[in-house]
Amino acid sequence: MEEKQPVPILEMKKITKQFPGVLANEDVDLELFKGEVLALLGENGAGKSTLMNILSGLTRPDSGEIILNGKAVDIDSPRDAMHLGIGMVHQNFKLVSTMTVAENVILGLDSENFVLDMKKVGKKINEISDHYRLKVDPDAYIWQMSVGEQQRVEILKLIYRGAEVLILDEPTAVLTPQESNELNEIVKKMTKEGKSAIFITHKMDEVMNFSDWVRVLQKGKLVSVVRTRDTNPKDLANLMVGREVLFRIEKKKCNPGEVRLEVKNVSALNSKGIEALKDVSFSIRAGEILGIAGVAGNGQRELTETITGLHKVLKGHIFVEGEDMTNKAPIDLIKAGVSHIPSDRVAMGIVGDMSVASNLAMKEYRKAPLTQYGLLHPKRIFNLAKGMIELFMISTPSPNTNVKFLSGGNIQKTILAREIGACRGLLIAVYPARGLDVGATESVRKEIIAERDNGKAVLLVSEDLEELISVSDRIAVMSEGTIMGIVDTETADIESLGLMMAGVSLKESGAKGG
Amino acid sequence: MIVLITSILAITLRAGTSLVYATIGEIYTERSGILNLGLEGMMLMGAVTSFATVYYTGSLALAVLAAMFVGMILSSIHAFLSITMRANQVVSGLSITLFGTGFASFLGQRLGPAENGKYLIGLIGEKFTPIAIPGLSGVPLIGAFFNQDLLTYITYLIIPIAWFYMYKTKNGLNLRAVGDNPQTADAMGIDVLKTRYLYTILGGMLVALGGAHLSLAYAPGWTENITGGRGWIVIALVIFSMWNPSRAIWGALLFGGINAVQFRLQASGTDIPASFLNMLPYLATIIALVVMTWIEKYNKKIGAPGALATSYMRGEK
Repeated sequence: MEEKQPVPILEMKKITKQFPGVLANEDVDLELFKGEVLALLGENGAGKSTLMNILSGLTRPDSGEIILNGKAVDIDSPRDAMHLGIGMVHQNFKLVSTMTVAENVILGLDSENFVLDMKKVGKKINEISDHYRLKVDPDAYIWQMSVGEQQRVEILKLIYRGAEVLILDEPTAVLTPQESNELNEIVKKMTKEGKSAIFITHKMDEVMNFSDWVRVLQKGKLVSVVRTRDTNPKDLANLMVGREVLFRIEKKKCNPGEVRLEVKNVSALNSKGIEALKDVSFSIRAGEILGIAGVAGNGQRELTETITGLHKVLKGHIFVEGEDMTNKAPIDLIKAGVSHIPSDRVAMGIVGDMSVASNLAMKEYRKAPLTQYGLLHPKRIFNLAKGMIELFMISTPSPNTNVKFLSGGNIQKTILAREIGACRGLLIAVYPARGLDVGATESVRKEIIAERDNGKAVLLVSEDLEELISVSDRIAVMSEGTIMGIVDTETADIESLGLMMAGVSLKESGAKGG
Repeated sequence: MIVLITSILAITLRAGTSLVYATIGEIYTERSGILNLGLEGMMLMGAVTSFATVYYTGSLALAVLAAMFVGMILSSIHAFLSITMRANQVVSGLSITLFGTGFASFLGQRLGPAENGKYLIGLIGEKFTPIAIPGLSGVPLIGAFFNQDLLTYITYLIIPIAWFYMYKTKNGLNLRAVGDNPQTADAMGIDVLKTRYLYTILGGMLVALGGAHLSLAYAPGWTENITGGRGWIVIALVIFSMWNPSRAIWGALLFGGINAVQFRLQASGTDIPASFLNMLPYLATIIALVVMTWIEKYNKKIGAPGALATSYMRGEK
């Protein structure tokens, strides 16, 4: 079939952006055609948001150019982007919650009169919302609205400002399926009228339903450009995760013992009151590593936090070594021998302004020998720390150095040393190798396997399928708060895991159960 | 009785004027997200410079301008430290107060004429005197409003204008957004730093003008600690007003009113100790603050600007 070659309304050429320690974008090209929807697909940290922040004026690229309607443009601020007709709906909505819809819509607009005519604004908002079926009350306050309604305000705001190119950053992440469908309708209506849209996402079905083109980013680089109708979810999953040869760590065969952790029909709400865990059940035995695969934000955080006592269980039960620990306080779980390597190591794992030694002692300090007669024993803490620093090869000038001055890898080793040191039955490791270099990653993975061989039960949450396959014994895949299936690592393949991550259940994905 | 109440009301308005200026100034500053605890220092500096100016030049207009100029300088320092240097706003504000208090006192002992030992204390200069509005000033009760000095009359205009500007104009909308959610304001194309500079400086000028009213009208002349802690009271009044300029009047009237009543009581030779009466305005402020904070807990819609006392820099990783 012969296709005429239309001129893109928007082009980004060889965009490169370096953040300290991370090359967020490297020579990325992008083309957007009038009346079409482009999906930007990629894992977390692939550089999608950075690229779009550059387009919307929030971030300056180090090099590269942006061409709009055939002319090179310089986008220095969100204001510039707005004047050029480029508008972005951010993942964290840019709305002032103490203000009304109408006030938010006209915020920062030069074209409004000095003395505001809110009646006129309301009328125009009503016209737009009727036209696109964006149900919104101009006089409602943002804080009274649901997330879905707030998103409609964001879109309405862009249309009111005359945006021709709409950027939507993971727009369905916070929506119910019904709201997602409504959003799809709205976007289709807009593209029919000649507007264009860019969608940031890592959900396969969304790409298939919403977009005309797909661009896949991986570690800051553009790896593929395909027409949506010429591809399928399976291929996209492969492109997104990458086809590198699997790297397996030598490990002994798994020798599971008694059940250490049992999660039974657990449901929980997230901080926004939406159900984040739906009837989740699984168990882990001593000497076994269960990996949890899934795209971030599909309930992993809530799962690990309910097990460690940091998040409320709504329904169901959690048993540690046979004892019901549902909704117990974190200190009770620590006493029960549960260790936790949190996902945000700086915010939850350490106290940056305290010494390495103090951080290492943070789980054991309550008891003898570190505490005697109700007083801390600094010498013993120091010696304990010295031993751990040697054992785990933490590179620090001294045990008394503030832990925040260590590198990410050494901070992670500090947490690992403390948690493994205090672990007596169950180790929960969330993204333990995130942001670490190859060497540090390998040593962290080896430590986790060593713990398994010592008879601990390990729950390993990761977004890295390669890591899960090389480290864990079984893999459970989470999608939208449910376990899509649990497979033996021996029989697992990346394609079917990727499909389950995208919400396809175990049977349909074709993998063998474990 | 009516005559007594009318006279108390008149004193109330006079006592409240400096508070109205400072409260509205600080409301505008805080609405942009900047907390300026330098009020006490800026009011004292405004009071001393305006009195020195009027003493030597005899011009009340120049005196008012001098006070506003000093307010501009001091609040610019605070703006630079807290907006550009992103310093802790509490520390920066307190330094301005410490500096302003000490420096005003120093100037009070150096700017005076040689024959007064260079002291400003005890001198008499031009002052704003009450201007009775013919026909209205004679009416019982209402008359209290129409027998005031020029600076008090101006507050009758400033309060509604400040309210209208904040809630009914484009600039006011942008200002409120900057103080509540600078990230959003920035994404919407509002220059957050410029807005904060503008209203911090404007606020400082109004605060210093409040100080000038003390030394030019309420208690003409210069005395040490002429503000009597009014700078601190204003911080409470801003919360009492819920950051709404139209409510600044109630806080100012409450504090000014209790001041006027205790003044009357002391003059009538009551048995209640003077220091107890002197304490009353401050006590009332604390009670009002507690009550308003309690009410605010049940009303999410109005309240402190969301980003108050936090610095802003566009999000780079």
